[in-house]
Amino acid sequence: MSAILPLRLEDVSFAAGGRTIIERATLSLEAGPSTIILGANGAGKSVLMRLMHGLLAPTTGRVAWSGEGARRRQAMVFQRPVMLRRSAIANVTYVLEVAGVPAAERERLAADALWEVGLRDLAHRPARVLSGGEQQRLALARAWALHPEVLFLDEPTANLDPSATREIETIIKAFDAAGTKIVMSTHSLGQARRLGDEVIYLHQGRVLERAPIDRFFPHPASPEAAAFVKGELPWA
Amino acid sequence: MLDALVSGLQLVATLDLQLWQIVGLSLAVSLSAVALASLLGLPLGAAIAVGRFPGRQAVIVVLNALMGLPPVVVGLVIYLLLSRAGPLGAFGLLFTPGAMVVAQTVLVLPIVAALARQSVEDAWREYEEQLRSLGVEGARAALTVLWDIRFSLLTAVLAGLGRASAEVGAVMIVGGNIDGVTRVMTTTIALETSKGDLPLALGLGMVLIAIVLVLNAGAHLIKEAARRRYG
Amino acid sequence: MGMTSRVLLAMLVCASAQAQTSYITVASTTSTEQSGLFKHLLPAYEKKTGVQVRVVALGTGQALDMGRRGDADVVFVHAKPLEEKFVAEGYGVQRFEVMYNDFVLVGPKSDPAKVGGTKDIVGALQKIKAAQAPFASRGDKSGTHFAELQLWKMAGIDIAKDKGPWYRDTGSGMGPTLNTAAGMNAYALTDRGTWLSFKNRGDLVISVEGDQRLFNQYGVILVNPAKYPHVKKELGQAFIDWIVSAEGQAAIAGYKIGGEQLFFPNAKR
Repeated sequence: MSAILPLRLEDVSFAAGGRTIIERATLSLEAGPSTIILGANGAGKSVLMRLMHGLLAPTTGRVAWSGEGARRRQAMVFQRPVMLRRSAIANVTYVLEVAGVPAAERERLAADALWEVGLRDLAHRPARVLSGGEQQRLALARAWALHPEVLFLDEPTANLDPSATREIETIIKAFDAAGTKIVMSTHSLGQARRLGDEVIYLHQGRVLERAPIDRFFPHPASPEAAAFVKGELPWA
Repeated sequence: MLDALVSGLQLVATLDLQLWQIVGLSLAVSLSAVALASLLGLPLGAAIAVGRFPGRQAVIVVLNALMGLPPVVVGLVIYLLLSRAGPLGAFGLLFTPGAMVVAQTVLVLPIVAALARQSVEDAWREYEEQLRSLGVEGARAALTVLWDIRFSLLTAVLAGLGRASAEVGAVMIVGGNIDGVTRVMTTTIALETSKGDLPLALGLGMVLIAIVLVLNAGAHLIKEAARRRYG
Repeated sequence: MGMTSRVLLAMLVCASAQAQTSYITVASTTSTEQSGLFKHLLPAYEKKTGVQVRVVALGTGQALDMGRRGDADVVFVHAKPLEEKFVAEGYGVQRFEVMYNDFVLVGPKSDPAKVGGTKDIVGALQKIKAAQAPFASRGDKSGTHFAELQLWKMAGIDIAKDKGPWYRDTGSGMGPTLNTAAGMNAYALTDRGTWLSFKNRGDLVISVEGDQRLFNQYGVILVNPAKYPHVKKELGQAFIDWIVSAEGQAAIAGYKIGGEQLFFPNAKR
């Protein structure tokens, strides 16, 4: 089974409701470095991620994975997790069933995933009564059980308090250590520096800049990025 | 009105055997029809909610309109189908409780399907992205959402039950209101009214309303308990 | 899911149990059903033979239509010309006379058309039309409706042409028509049986009775198995044989409300 990365976006544009939201994005995502997508509100980060993940179809251009079966070898965690009205562990066995994992293995793999994110003791709690942080960890457990090659995260800690945020970041690092490519959008520059290896800066739907973390933050190349970093800094 | 109430209570208190036989048949017919209509209608509604196909809006409009199918018209059509002179006469279903279940199922199916469609469509906005991201599509996605909102769907089922237990037009025509065989609460009320025994008819009416109230209360309690447990 | 399966299973058991009971379907009229005659007559028959008699009570016209569609095994109605036509058209095997009762004209105690206490039904109808007193008609192709139309004809009145707002066509059964008549203090033609067991009389009383022309004959016919092979001809014929037999006729005579006999057996022996 060949790798699905690199993911190539070729001249991808997306328009809706008469507005162009993503304009002629061309880039290639390689395996390895954790990619942070940065940008102001309304820059198009969420839409760009959904285009990459395949939830949206580009209006023009092409989104091309390198290997076969990319659909099943990636996962996404959203800002607001959506849990099924069943127990925490049942939410994980559900995705394993969808993925075609034989029944005998599902319980075990689900339990492993829950242990990985620290939810083992809450396995049989109804998922919808869990706290925001616990639900987000459960979302990550769901993704973990699938051992994806790419994990997309759309502002995963935007609604969480600092301690829950730390827990989530720990798990994301675990994904990275296990070999999953991380593609994450965030508002927090501190989080970007903690988790990212490279930055893609999005401004009004256009990919303005792409650079390794160490080069982007002290010296963003474009004036818009510089303004963004300076403006955001008080809240980093 | 007061003697109506007294009549009704007397009937219940004396555990009148005929009354309980009629009540039992009414419940058996309506509950069976609702069960059948739900089995067919809930997945149908979910499929329409989640699916995207040409003419979808027209299908939704027609489905909603069918909620208002006149019971007496349904009764007439089913009668013509089940009559010995009709295409399905060989089954000998006319003037049996089976025919009544068929007619009420036809009446209730659009109600359950249309309301389920609305509920699933509302929920779909919440679930769609996550499910598609997990690789869940089509029928599987529709059924997953359907099961997830199962307690809200009780409302659709109750609406169907209300319609079935309240109607008289369909069961009268296809059942024939045969004493001891196809006589249910609503047809009995119609009969007693036409015999001029209005207090008895009213009394029966109150028994019918009380039964439907109890069923609704039960369903409500189930919903509340589930909400507390599952979130 | 367990609950649903259990309910369906119970229904299936009930249905198959009912299918095993032998029964016949009799299309009859609302007058025989609502007078309570069948409730008195049938349990005796069922006990004796073990055959359940399922009565679908409609108007005479509808009952005969049911026979024409093959949805009944026996028809038991009261409109001789229509019954004879039914047999002549090949839908029925043979017509047997069973019993008779009579029609009565009921009307408000205040008697606006001044017909109370007379024996002349034709004269009474003419007076009602002249006075334009409210009259409630069944208008539903029933035996009673048919008889009413015959009486208007005998009175020399073309009711279809000459009716005015005083003539209320309810299009419903005897009971609902009487309810309407009681509600609007109107005259109405009804069979004595339904009247005797009718409880919502309001201000209505019997205005005209005893006229020979108010005689109302009931007949019973087996639906033709040559036309509809599924008709239960042995069981149906057994019921007909019983109802014209001495035993059946005695049972009919034995039905009384408040000491008054409703139906008078007159089967030809």
